[in-house]
Amino acid sequence: MNDFIAARSQMALSLAFHIIFSCIGMVMPFFMAVSHYYYLKTGKRVFRNITKAWSKGVAIFFATGAVSGTVLSFELGLLWPVFMKNAGPIFGLPFSLEGTAFFIEAIALGFYLYGWGKFNPWFHWWTGVVVGVSGLISGILVVAANAWMNSPAGFEYADGRYFNIDPVKAMFNDAWFSQALHMCLAAFAATGFAVAGVHALMIVRRRNIEFHTKAFRIAAIFACTAAILQPLSGDHSAKDVAHRQPAKLAAMEGLFETGRHVPLLIGGIPDAKTETVKYGFEIPGMLSFMIGANTNTEVKGLDQFPVPDRPPVLITHLAFQIMVGLGMVMLGVSILYFFVLWKKRNFEKNLWLLKLFAFTTPLGFMAVEAGWVVTEVGRQPWILHGILRTKDAVTPMPGIQYSFYLFTAVYISLAIVVTLLLYRQIKMVPVLYDIDR
Amino acid sequence: MVYVVIAYLWTAILLYLLLGGADFGAGIIELFTSDNNKNRTSITMSRTIGPIWEANHMWLIIVIVILFTGFPDIYASVSTFLHIPLLIMLMGIIARGTAFAFRHYDAVEDYMQVIYNKVFRYSSFVTPFFLGIIAASAVSGTINPDAKGFADAYIISWLHFFSVSVGLFTVCICGYLAAIFLIGETQSPEEERRYIVKARSMNVAAIASGALVFLAAAYDRVPLAKWLFGNPVGITAIAAALISLLLQWILIRKGKRIIIRLLAGFQVTMLLVATTFFHYPKIILFSGERYLSLMEHHGDDKAIESLALALLIGSVFILPALFYLIYSFQKKPSAE
Repeated sequence: MNDFIAARSQMALSLAFHIIFSCIGMVMPFFMAVSHYYYLKTGKRVFRNITKAWSKGVAIFFATGAVSGTVLSFELGLLWPVFMKNAGPIFGLPFSLEGTAFFIEAIALGFYLYGWGKFNPWFHWWTGVVVGVSGLISGILVVAANAWMNSPAGFEYADGRYFNIDPVKAMFNDAWFSQALHMCLAAFAATGFAVAGVHALMIVRRRNIEFHTKAFRIAAIFACTAAILQPLSGDHSAKDVAHRQPAKLAAMEGLFETGRHVPLLIGGIPDAKTETVKYGFEIPGMLSFMIGANTNTEVKGLDQFPVPDRPPVLITHLAFQIMVGLGMVMLGVSILYFFVLWKKRNFEKNLWLLKLFAFTTPLGFMAVEAGWVVTEVGRQPWILHGILRTKDAVTPMPGIQYSFYLFTAVYISLAIVVTLLLYRQIKMVPVLYDIDR
Repeated sequence: MVYVVIAYLWTAILLYLLLGGADFGAGIIELFTSDNNKNRTSITMSRTIGPIWEANHMWLIIVIVILFTGFPDIYASVSTFLHIPLLIMLMGIIARGTAFAFRHYDAVEDYMQVIYNKVFRYSSFVTPFFLGIIAASAVSGTINPDAKGFADAYIISWLHFFSVSVGLFTVCICGYLAAIFLIGETQSPEEERRYIVKARSMNVAAIASGALVFLAAAYDRVPLAKWLFGNPVGITAIAAALISLLLQWILIRKGKRIIIRLLAGFQVTMLLVATTFFHYPKIILFSGERYLSLMEHHGDDKAIESLALALLIGSVFILPALFYLIYSFQKKPSAE
């Protein structure tokens, strides 16, 4: 494995790991706050138990997310010093604001986790809300920094020099809103489906039904609302990408030839060498229509870009198909859920629906990972779109592959331990909380 | 504006050393506690440090963000030439942060606790040790940006007696801070006596490793004595640190919990003043008289300006909340 590939793999691994923990860390506090709100309003112990159980999940995920995030802030320099040397001052603003938001989140979490029975109950509840809100703000800021790499703004560039720097313009680059919206909805959908799925499985197994039913409902409503809104945000993002990063869109869609009346490709294996697609299913004119609301819209294909400027088309296209496919499954489940909810209220008796939810448990996070691959691999060969190539930004230090192996081992072990902890938290629900069985 | 950013950078380093340091130290104390008392120590620790645990480590993130936004050349060259110690330190941070949370939130108490505890204690030692190595290497003149071979560029840059001795010294300082902190948090006189003994032995260890730092500096030709004692600020700061140390020895037995904490904090602050003043504003000293300076090598002015504003706005939110958090849990320690 050469150093460049090792550095990219290590970065990809670290982000893929961190993204799960940060999504849960920013979304679960909202579930927790809703359940806590019900407890304060109704005084029912079951909501207190759900809140406490979820808050332990938040604590585990936050602790892991905090260290993997700290690692990332160092890895930017350890792996991409040339990039950071130039980019640091330009896109550092969202990171410095994120530092504040993250700090507030950590403080609020201290109040929340250790504050039971110590403060005014509504103040305690409010600190939980602050955990969620500041987590969400951190997420948005970090995505804004990533968006800048896709849509560089707030500086001028000539002869390898960056000047006329404007950090505020860099932060509010063209991509920040569409990316942040898409990521936030994705975080809600992914975390919601994961949490709802676990509780659904417990109901199916007839364990602590009241506890799991109430918990399921809170998570499922968040998840399904986000999953229904997500295609709208996805549509907005795709139009945005077509406009800003046509090469990325072409790779996402496996489109080699520029043209009008371009069909939408579903499935298919694009081959970058022969510039053809095998086995795909095409909807005539649909891509042109989706981009420009008219089938006569021209869509740029990869043929517009010299070979060294093209992203890896196979990975980008497959990841995009996976993301959209999973998104559609979740959309379907969500519509079904609201329909059942509207038709009759005792939906928890419908075991097939709960089984369906149990099945969707990992789908949201699979879609998040796939989406992240689309945006990162689709930006290649650039680390800073159109300005700096990833291979020119990598550290001069040799032997990065060993660091990659080390990170792989560490992150796999951590994933195993976190899974064990969650399993134990769920298994011990009847013991930890005084629940009538 | 660059002065505002530098002031925040220094303060964040100080607070990380004091709060994060005490936090590392608690793990170090656990490591050096006899097996019979290990459990008691870890219970006292999670009771007292639990609520502010995550916040203590945020200072490191603030330091890093200031470096890469405000001083990108410094960030890039540190992370290139000190890649390996940074990597080991990061492993320590991962291991420690997760082990601490896991041992508290594992719903089943079994053999896994043994693993969490081991990982937590050893990483509590390793992390500040490498932080010390990194800090020492930055000023020891051993980084050679033109080095060609792997060992010259990426190993010799940080592996030498001076850096290792500073690493040990950092570990002892952390342990000492934690012992002083824990003295005020105990619930029985017997436990309190135990921490007083710990504080004293950590102190002796700190003085011994401090002496080692001077020997190593002489061996590695780092002009440490000239730096520390060659200017009035250095001399004053070192003298103040020594006086404060003496006072702590006298007051430690008299149950002056808050005063000894303040004195310990003051002592460490003075040490940081003495060790940073002599080469300010230079922050990285390469081999052969080359350097990176906070004044000459800061990032674009616009970036510095927005960073300073972000820090000022941030501290309006962070500081009151943090003080209230610490105050609340000092007044009524957590039951969980």
